[in-house]
Amino acid sequence: MTAGPAEAIAAAVRAGERSAASAVQESLAAIAAGGELGAFNAVTAEAALARAEAIDSAVAAGEDPGPLAGVPVALKDNICTRGTPTTCSSRILEGWEPPYDATVVDLLNAAGAVVVGKTNMDEFAMGSSTENSAFGPTRNPHDPGRVPGGSSGGSAAAVAGGLTPLALASDTGGSIRQPAALCGIVGMKPTYGRVSRYGLVAFASSLDQIGPMARTVADAALLYSVIAGHDPRDSTSIPEPVGDLNGPLDGDVDGLRVGVVSELCGEGIDGDVLARLEAAAGALASAGAEVGEVSVPAAVFGLSAYFLIAPAEASSNLARYDGVRYGLRVPAPGATDMNVATRTAGFGDEVKRRIMLGTFALSAGYYDAYYGKALKVRTLVVRDFAAAYERFDVLLAPTSPTVAFRFGERTANPLAMYLSDVCTVASNLAGHPAISVPFGSGADGLPVGVQVMAPALGEDVMFRAAAALERLLPETQPATAGARSAGAVTKETAP
Amino acid sequence: MADRISRHDVAHVAWLARLELGDEELARFTTQLADVLDHAADVEALNLDGVPATSHPYPVGNVLRDDVPEPSLNRAEVLAQAPETEAGQFRVPPVRGEAP
Repeated sequence: MTAGPAEAIAAAVRAGERSAASAVQESLAAIAAGGELGAFNAVTAEAALARAEAIDSAVAAGEDPGPLAGVPVALKDNICTRGTPTTCSSRILEGWEPPYDATVVDLLNAAGAVVVGKTNMDEFAMGSSTENSAFGPTRNPHDPGRVPGGSSGGSAAAVAGGLTPLALASDTGGSIRQPAALCGIVGMKPTYGRVSRYGLVAFASSLDQIGPMARTVADAALLYSVIAGHDPRDSTSIPEPVGDLNGPLDGDVDGLRVGVVSELCGEGIDGDVLARLEAAAGALASAGAEVGEVSVPAAVFGLSAYFLIAPAEASSNLARYDGVRYGLRVPAPGATDMNVATRTAGFGDEVKRRIMLGTFALSAGYYDAYYGKALKVRTLVVRDFAAAYERFDVLLAPTSPTVAFRFGERTANPLAMYLSDVCTVASNLAGHPAISVPFGSGADGLPVGVQVMAPALGEDVMFRAAAALERLLPETQPATAGARSAGAVTKETAP
Repeated sequence: MADRISRHDVAHVAWLARLELGDEELARFTTQLADVLDHAADVEALNLDGVPATSHPYPVGNVLRDDVPEPSLNRAEVLAQAPETEAGQFRVPPVRGEAP
């Protein structure tokens, strides 16, 4: 297996074969050249170069800067960086400089990584196309007329466009995996609680999780291993130690039980995406995996629960933007008038829609019918997955029902945009890890991602299956047409 | 089915959420929110009797630390981010005398 770009930089810097400064300069030059992508809200060039020099000095003094030595990393702009604006791509936080670093930022620094900037996103991570940013769109590096997906479109475009080898993003209903799929890179959502949320601006606290974006599975696993672990500053942080991922990544899939989620391989999923899913299932089977089909009914109707639970939590979390302690204030003679004027001017349409949807789902007279019911459906999602994992080690599904769509195609119809998340939200509701791996191309030559899901704390087996897909991909190409014949494999009975 | 949420409901919810909507926004948001609630109707067919609620993927408990002073955020740094401050505190417009 060839080393990913992050692995290669870290190895060279640690060995003294390459300077961190050169790696950072290369990234900054690529960011400047790729400005038309609109991937970044802010580039922290000066601080990054200073840090790179410090890393080079450490290497010269015989110290090991850590597993990400000299590797440039982009951060989604909802991850707090002390003294560097953190906007969530919202007018209401424009110019705000957090007084502290997120735990993941501390961990990146301790591992020798170099933060080079903050990436564009859908406002407060609400969206699937990055069109909801208050600061303009991000373009898909594969086709500038199309969206990069969202909400982490800036981080995805930065990695896919070669601006940075790695990026961090957040995933509440698919916001890492879907843009990774649409941009042709690897994107992973860890088990809920595995990565600290301290310093991640809250959207829906029971669903949010920070995770890595990278060009290879090994690079994603490397970044994941740096950020995973217990944090006393996050009360939902899991205390169990993180297992070693290096072994599983070199492992094979012989005997691995892979369940293809039947509800996510039919209606609502485009044929070109399904063809790649079938190719992936076929490739795993040919490599010795036991591939079967499995029904996870809640994987689909979980979307309805998600679109009540996430806005309900958001309506509560976003109540803090009141014009008092930070961010925008629109002056008015009374406190309530000031709150209303500030929020009305500071939030974009999609954020307002979700706040209102959530407020409605929680309001007197509607709570039981909507929010209460959604919480029960969440239990069904957990149960359906538990049943599936009795028979399978990992589950396979598309990441996105379509390839990257054009700008404006779904903005007029919020429901159509919400349906972009149908393949990804169930993992968030259950709190399970999932990863999107690029697996060839679909319509118009655009990237297609295949998703591997695993039970809670099953990151090792998830990465093993993902690494296998990455290795097997060339065998299925140039097989976009021929891949359809592999479909029979998904009809096998369960092992 | 616009009757899942009325224009009146949306106006009420906007007030609860401290948002002000114009006429055009009120009409548009009412239709869009009704569409989403219609889609959510697919769960109505499910029998959820006796199914417990899940509000969180894992059992969560309160996390306490020993009652020992630790460094916290720098007050000047925090206040420097506020729109208006006075005497080391956040300053807000008058609250008394406002309509609820």
